[in-house]
Amino acid sequence: MSLRRAGASVLSTAAIAAVTGLLLYAFLAAESERTVGLVLVGAVAAVAAGLRSRVLPRLVGAAGPPAVLVGLGVAGLVLVRVFHDDPFVLLLMARALLVLVACLGLHVQLADAGVPNFAGAAFFGVGGYTAAVLGRGGLPHPLVLLASGAAAAAVGSLLLLPLLRTRGHYAALITIAFGLLFRTFLEVNETLGGPQGLKLGGLQLLGWSFNDDRRLLGVEFSGYAFYCLAAVALALAAVWLVRRVERSWIGVALDAVRLDETAAACFGISIGRWKIAALTIGNALIGVAGGLSAMMVGFIAPNNFTFQESLVLVSILLLGGLGNLAGLAAAALIVIWLPEKLQPIQEYRYLLFSVLVVLVLVLRPTGLIRRSVRRPFGSVAG
Amino acid sequence: MGRLGGQRVRQRQAQAERALSAGAGRAVDLLAQYVMNGVMLGLMYALVALGFTLFFGVLDVVQFAHGDVLTAGAFAGLTAYAALVHAGVQSAVPQLLAVVLTATLSMALLGALLGRLLVLPLRGAPPLNVLLATLMGGTALRECIRLFYPGGSQPQRFPALLPTASWSVRRFTLRLDNLLMIVAGVLLVVGLSLVLRRTRLGLAIRAVAQDEETARTMGIDFRRVVLLTFAIGSALAAFAGVMNGLYYNEINFGSGLLLGVIGFSAAVLGGLGSFEGAVLGGFLFAGLQTLGAVALPFASAYKDVFAFTVVILLMTWKPTGLIGERLGERV
Repeated sequence: MSLRRAGASVLSTAAIAAVTGLLLYAFLAAESERTVGLVLVGAVAAVAAGLRSRVLPRLVGAAGPPAVLVGLGVAGLVLVRVFHDDPFVLLLMARALLVLVACLGLHVQLADAGVPNFAGAAFFGVGGYTAAVLGRGGLPHPLVLLASGAAAAAVGSLLLLPLLRTRGHYAALITIAFGLLFRTFLEVNETLGGPQGLKLGGLQLLGWSFNDDRRLLGVEFSGYAFYCLAAVALALAAVWLVRRVERSWIGVALDAVRLDETAAACFGISIGRWKIAALTIGNALIGVAGGLSAMMVGFIAPNNFTFQESLVLVSILLLGGLGNLAGLAAAALIVIWLPEKLQPIQEYRYLLFSVLVVLVLVLRPTGLIRRSVRRPFGSVAG
Repeated sequence: MGRLGGQRVRQRQAQAERALSAGAGRAVDLLAQYVMNGVMLGLMYALVALGFTLFFGVLDVVQFAHGDVLTAGAFAGLTAYAALVHAGVQSAVPQLLAVVLTATLSMALLGALLGRLLVLPLRGAPPLNVLLATLMGGTALRECIRLFYPGGSQPQRFPALLPTASWSVRRFTLRLDNLLMIVAGVLLVVGLSLVLRRTRLGLAIRAVAQDEETARTMGIDFRRVVLLTFAIGSALAAFAGVMNGLYYNEINFGSGLLLGVIGFSAAVLGGLGSFEGAVLGGFLFAGLQTLGAVALPFASAYKDVFAFTVVILLMTWKPTGLIGERLGERV
């Protein structure tokens, strides 16, 4: 890489990270509902202008996606530092990031392999309950998080055979039935706390409790700041993993399976194997996010894992534009943050999102940002 | 003394026999009660499943707002009842008529509207998009009831409009209102089957279901047939919603979701697009639920878990239903 290209990459990354960070800051710091609305409109206008004038794709291209990820990670760190003593904002940030991780899991399943999963919240719940049950034992908490992912993948593997034998509506029905079944099961099961749910202790890492406020480098950090950092790390890792999967031959195989099963099978691609891979990776991601989320909130109950919540996860995918990671991230932030910042719409959020998704499906099926076409031999993808 | 003793023994024997037969009788009564409830539920599920199967027949789509249309129908009926009470109409027959007619007619309109706005514009899109659009449309409907119906977030009491007479044979109670509902439901199913088989509209629906292109060339107004099918299916759901309200004496903004999934499961079990399959699937699901409640008496709360598990297993075994459409793959 020449020095000039390296310089361009650093500058573009810095520009993207700075603008994104500023927009997020403005949104999170906004006090009045009017400011929130203005910031949102401004952000949408900025992104639309950037896309239309081709400035944004060029910037991303010059920076290179890995550098952009690093830049966004740094922006996340700066935001955590800025809001170091505001637990509400930190909790919001962490929640949006964990939902993003869960949606990345769904993305691998639906956008890459074409397997619908309407039980996202249920797998999130499997992760959470695993963390609640295992967290009480002496198991180190990073292992508990891994176990949450493994448990979600394991529970998901019960659905592998039904999902492989069916497709389309029938596969969708199986996941819907499973989601309802899971929630009913939790409600009537006394060992797992029934409708009242379970309490959890916070995350412990090498004797350091994430729940406590702590002074670091002369700044008093709220406990949620550390969860936020963990969520940033998890989200970056998840995006990195999903991108690696998509840009490898696995991604090509998944695309083939989604687009035309018969043709894929003719080219010797094992449909079952790749669907299993996508489902397992996806559910594991959802489970880890669910585990960390449960530890952060300190409490889980069946009511957090309703069919409605599963639908919200799928809506995020569609609103962002199926198959587009940047759109997915933006949609996750908007869907999670907007009702919290605009209290008057809090009560109406499901109605609002459902109408939005219907409009998107009828008027602009590609979502906020269109899926980019795979360029196998190009130098950088847009 | 001896005679007296013999009498006593005979008395004892008779007592024992009565107790025994009462025990056996109790089991039979209980069974009859379960069968009765199962038939009631099965009819309700079958009515919902018939809607799914009709929509899938004509357009090859799954209209997932169907369950919420059912709830909306029940709430529309409740509104009509409240309006009549407000207007001072106290007798049950006009009330019942108004409830049923308002529910079915308004939902027929709503169903046609949903078909026009959500389903027809998405023809040619991936089938999953239609599923999603209608799921979200159903969510919007559900949320509208919760937010805008007065007290909609709480369960609403549904008036008992049918005569409440009942006959009891030992433990078995036959309620007149249940009997009337079953008769009405059966008449509706039979009527629909006659409409589909004997009328020009039914012929058109079957023609469109079989081959849209050919039906069009034969001069069938495709859009009209599709919208009418949506109207008929949705009216059936509204009727099931009123039945549900009368049976449980309570309706809830969220109850349609579960009933919709159950109806869809029933239709899929029977094989989407098949009339007999939908009816069979409805009774099968009700049977599974009842079986779950009987076989797991210590854990009757698990009856839905049991029913959905069996649905998933059955679909794994027969991926396109028991009377399935045949999915051939051609390259």
